[in-house]
Amino acid sequence: MAARLPGVTVASVRGLTKAFGERVVLESLDLEIGSGEFIALLGRSGSGKSTLLRALAGLDREVSGELAVTGSVAVAFQEPRLVPWKRVLGNITLGLDAPVERAREALAEVGLTEREQAWPLTLSGGEAQRASLARALVREPDLLLLDEPFSALDALTRISVHQLVLELWARHRPAVLLVTHDVDEALLLADRVLVLDEGRIAHDSAVTAPRPRHRDNPELITLRADLLTALGVSPEGRS
Amino acid sequence: MSVIELEAPAEVRPRSRPQPSRTRGKAWQRWLSPIAVIAIWQLASSTGLLPPRLLAAPATIAATAADLVQSGVLPTAVGVSLQRVLLGFGAGAAAGILLALVAGLSRPGENAVDPIMQMLRALPFFGLIPLFILWFGIGETPKVLLVALAVSFPLYLNTFAGVRGVDGKLAEVAHTLKLGRAALIRHIVLPGALPQTLVGLRQSLGVAWLALIVAEQVNATAGLGYMINDAREFLRTDVIVVGLLVYSALGLLTDALVRLLERRALSWRRGFLG
Repeated sequence: MAARLPGVTVASVRGLTKAFGERVVLESLDLEIGSGEFIALLGRSGSGKSTLLRALAGLDREVSGELAVTGSVAVAFQEPRLVPWKRVLGNITLGLDAPVERAREALAEVGLTEREQAWPLTLSGGEAQRASLARALVREPDLLLLDEPFSALDALTRISVHQLVLELWARHRPAVLLVTHDVDEALLLADRVLVLDEGRIAHDSAVTAPRPRHRDNPELITLRADLLTALGVSPEGRS
Repeated sequence: MSVIELEAPAEVRPRSRPQPSRTRGKAWQRWLSPIAVIAIWQLASSTGLLPPRLLAAPATIAATAADLVQSGVLPTAVGVSLQRVLLGFGAGAAAGILLALVAGLSRPGENAVDPIMQMLRALPFFGLIPLFILWFGIGETPKVLLVALAVSFPLYLNTFAGVRGVDGKLAEVAHTLKLGRAALIRHIVLPGALPQTLVGLRQSLGVAWLALIVAEQVNATAGLGYMINDAREFLRTDVIVVGLLVYSALGLLTDALVRLLERRALSWRRGFLG
């Protein structure tokens, strides 16, 4: 699955630097995101993963360096961040220029047709996260930013939402930047896995194994060991 | 720690379970003591122990209430008082909410509005009555204005806090959804501030009736306060009590209206509140 169209980038980052006071979180970071590319961004907590995502989303303007995003961007956050006083459908259509049928289609795609009139606070964690994905995807983004959207889900729900994200990505082909701390999740989903360390991309490897992937795929096993080393964790977890 | 956490529910549960049925089955018991108080009161009046000069008998009060309604005195008085409250409340609520939005939505707005509101809030507004009389005479204006002033502060403070308390994460969502400032205010800020504004609304309605009662003690020529003051001249304690009961009934009624409004406007929280 060579998703990347040669030469077409949706986001280009050059020398991105971000400091909170004395603490430099991103230091002269370079990154190109190709059209339709599924990237997973790994890093220890505090490594600046979310800072990079927020910069790409335009939520953090206090950064220096070049940051060019061509095309539209949508974000799904760790907590679904649905607007609690708008019903599910109202959340999908919020700020949307397209007719309401598009929102209904998006809800159907994530399997929430039945819940379109529900209040967000009555949704389960998985339903809320699916609604959040629908809200992002209905905008047909060129770049979809996912900020640890699976981390708060229980293990079974996470598997089904992983499947859903892959299906939606295969159908709509946005470039995806998935911020996660889960190495296995990154390997199961992404074309390309990055490790952020000390403010830069410390590791960049392509994942070529065909989907659906299994954890015991030899390529993934080798990559997992490399990634864990890059993250400063011994693969055996014993040292 | 864990011992306390484990033991507490085990102890509480069996105790709390039979409680609902016990209170529901004997709800009428809660009426016993008020009825007894009224019976003793009536007895004291009938035997002459409690002279009508101090407090009229319950039966007299009931009869007077019926008379006042039939003669049209009470409905007219209520109408006049209601009008004052509605005008004052409308003006005060509009001013309070508008100023809260000005202060809540921008720093310059906050700097311009908030210090003045905080200073005015510290004034004992019933103490303003002499000034109000000097400024606006003894007609309707000072009464309506006193109600408006009293109403505006709880609504200002609560709406301002509500606007500032809107979840910044939702504002970020609005930004990623490309909502403009007007849409952000309409879809995120105002509905987000609404629960707190409704708290302010309940407080301000309570204060509105209080302000009205105080204002109507001063040179009123119509309305409930006038009816009560007039009755005092003739030692008609029965009329005074009827007036007080009407005040409290109106207060309870408006509170119920706000609660109804709350249930409708905040139905999105229903699932959350269980």
